[in-house]
Amino acid sequence: MSTLTDPPQEPFRLSMLVNDTRYRSLTFQAIAAILLALSIWYLGNNLIQNLRAAGLNISYDFLGNPAGYDINQRLVEYDNQDSHGRAALVGILNTLLVAFLACITATIFGVIAGVLRLSNNWLVSKLMAVYVEIFRNIPVLIWIIIIFTIMTAALPGPRAFRGDDPASTMVLDLFAFTNRGVYIPMPWFESGIFASATMNWLLVLAVLVGSFFATRKIEAWATQKQEATGERPKTLAMVLGVWLVPFLLLMVIMGLTWEIPALKGFNFQGGIKIGGPLIALWFALSIYTGAFIAENVRAGIQAISKGQTEAAAALGLRPGRIMNLVILPQALRVIIPPLISQYLNITKNSSLAIAVGYADITATLGGITLNQTGRAIECVLLLMLFYLTASLVISMVMNIYNASVKLKER
Amino acid sequence: MSDKTSDSIAFVAKGTIPPSPPPASQAGVVKWLRDNLFSSVPNGILTLVALTVIYLVLQKTVPWLFNGVWTTTSLNECREVLDGKVGACFSVLTERWHQLLYGFKYPAEYYWRPNLGLVLLLVAVAPVLFFDLPRKMLIFTGLYPFIAFWLIWGGTIMAPIIALLGFVVGGVVFQVYGRSSFAAGFFGGIAAALIIWALGGMLIPEGASENAMLEAVPSRDLGGFMLNLMLGVTCVSLSLPLGIALALGRQSDMPLIKWICVIFIEFVRGVPLITLLFVASVMLAYFFPPDATVDLFLRVVIMITMFSAAYIAEVIRGGLAALPKGQYEAADSLGLDYPQAMRLIILPQALKISIPGIVNVAVGLFKDTTLVSVISMFDLVGMIRGPILASTEWNGVYWELLGFAALLFFVVCYGISQYSQWLERRLATDHR
Repeated sequence: MSTLTDPPQEPFRLSMLVNDTRYRSLTFQAIAAILLALSIWYLGNNLIQNLRAAGLNISYDFLGNPAGYDINQRLVEYDNQDSHGRAALVGILNTLLVAFLACITATIFGVIAGVLRLSNNWLVSKLMAVYVEIFRNIPVLIWIIIIFTIMTAALPGPRAFRGDDPASTMVLDLFAFTNRGVYIPMPWFESGIFASATMNWLLVLAVLVGSFFATRKIEAWATQKQEATGERPKTLAMVLGVWLVPFLLLMVIMGLTWEIPALKGFNFQGGIKIGGPLIALWFALSIYTGAFIAENVRAGIQAISKGQTEAAAALGLRPGRIMNLVILPQALRVIIPPLISQYLNITKNSSLAIAVGYADITATLGGITLNQTGRAIECVLLLMLFYLTASLVISMVMNIYNASVKLKER
Repeated sequence: MSDKTSDSIAFVAKGTIPPSPPPASQAGVVKWLRDNLFSSVPNGILTLVALTVIYLVLQKTVPWLFNGVWTTTSLNECREVLDGKVGACFSVLTERWHQLLYGFKYPAEYYWRPNLGLVLLLVAVAPVLFFDLPRKMLIFTGLYPFIAFWLIWGGTIMAPIIALLGFVVGGVVFQVYGRSSFAAGFFGGIAAALIIWALGGMLIPEGASENAMLEAVPSRDLGGFMLNLMLGVTCVSLSLPLGIALALGRQSDMPLIKWICVIFIEFVRGVPLITLLFVASVMLAYFFPPDATVDLFLRVVIMITMFSAAYIAEVIRGGLAALPKGQYEAADSLGLDYPQAMRLIILPQALKISIPGIVNVAVGLFKDTTLVSVISMFDLVGMIRGPILASTEWNGVYWELLGFAALLFFVVCYGISQYSQWLERRLATDHR
């Protein structure tokens, strides 16, 4: 019989720091910490010396000074006497605007192209394959410039719309496509409930959000009824009513009218002007990212085994319902994670606005403000901070959505 | 009852009837058309719509393409030759092709140097891309960066030789000491290389570049598609080892190292490449010692490499995560230490899984090299938007130039993606 005893305690030797696995990780981390601290000290020291030599200091005061430059496309009031901070805000809103618009249209293009690429129709699927390959393999910057060129060089100027026998006419007398931008009718309220237009639009938005939640309630009620009785009540009329009645009522109360763009003097007046740079950026980002999304959608649908379609068909479901109830819910689980990265890519690629002169945050804060004030470090840091925050928020929102559609396992 | 056959059976065929071809609707072109293009009414409509789209596109582009003029010296001459007809003015390409490819400052008499560099590049990457070629060719691949540097930038030949010498001595030290302890070899190798570079830097005499064999060309004179290719090749090859290191660091058990890697990766992935290029052009200079002047090309290479390394690290992390745990345990049970296990068992498998992702990053990065035109470097897109379109002769020829740029990028990127698909098929060892 033998008794187990603790192994004899080895005395600590210096070589154990490298050779003993218990201490080795500590050694490496200590080396890493020292190297990190040294490099931070070195870079920081250089920074301080360089700043001192240039007579600069780190200060964000410039954000309060008058900017002195004009911005064409803007969502909030701004003139050149406003501060650099205000200009940056205009830029931020413009970035968010183009990113939001491009995310929506890129998803639409991508889903259509992805589904059509799996079509039985040989011609259509080949056409979509060509679309995907061409757009994926050419830099987005070139696409932005190409579409901007179409906007500025190929479309007629406002002058072409003048005269008794004009070279160009407005589409449906409502939309004008000119080389300075696209003019569309602007809705506005004659007798709004609030004095400010923004508040009136927020009210409209609130009503729409309310309708959305009411529809969800109705659907939940229908499902409950179906589970209890086996019969699903018809909800289409109710849903339409919930969406349309409050909305139309509000429009009538607030007196919705449209301001049609019209040629006055040298240019179009009235209506909403969507500038050429915005359209170029929006459209280019949409078709470029749409090609990537198409591949994600195709992969997602192909990942669902054919047996699922056949099983659903065996249960007697019609093709439309098979797609909606069986294939898409499963495919979404595969599609959504790469879709998140595509939305992030759109947001980050919107910084290419600077190439066509769209006033996003990179063009205002990182372009004109930086050049005017010479505050390179501050501007670039703020720019990075903004994009980091935007990326984190997008991935957070999409991850919450992803969690709601993912496979629920016990 | 009759015994004669002819009474009981009315007719018997004496021979076989030759097979007749299937009906027209069941074979050949018609069947193919019916199956693939007109299988149902909506499908037929879809086909007609697609045909209309193709017709509209071709109707615009084909005459433009085939009426092209190749031999004039300005846009106005082009228009005179075309005389109102629809047609492209490809003369801008024939007249300015050297600017599109090499930029407008690279001395014309030295064009053979980047050309030779490109040819040697193809030789150097061949053994990496196609591993059936003799392994000895990898020696040339190792030498290539130094040769290419000397060819393109010129100047004294001492600089690339000393750089190479540093790597060689470092490698030898690693081979000798790395056998007993990886850490000793690794750090010893780095230290030896640093010493060689420091000593060699002092040995190069002042002004050695002035009367060198190849005249020195400063980085700011580089441009055109050559600049895109150089940035793409340099940054991808530098970011691959960096990305592997970051991915391993992110998987590490050591919290400090793990968090450094995580913060670096997430930070770089969260910001657009343009802001990093701004850092390179306006901010990075503040972080170098006051008397040092680091040229813009090098600063851009640093930032783009960091950018793509973060993306490659995530791709490789996916590959590492896809490996079954048994592979790690098997490596441990063989008694391999960490570097051996990684080099011999884990990384070869993980890298194979990550090939499509790495190629994606490489293609994306190559396309992103066009963004340097935003910080006023004259790459292909920068040349088109800047000097060429601004010149009086060629103000207004958008389509020919942009189409040419698009074509160049498409050829390279499509080629890379086709290669990666071939490689995937080639490396498929799981016979499914």
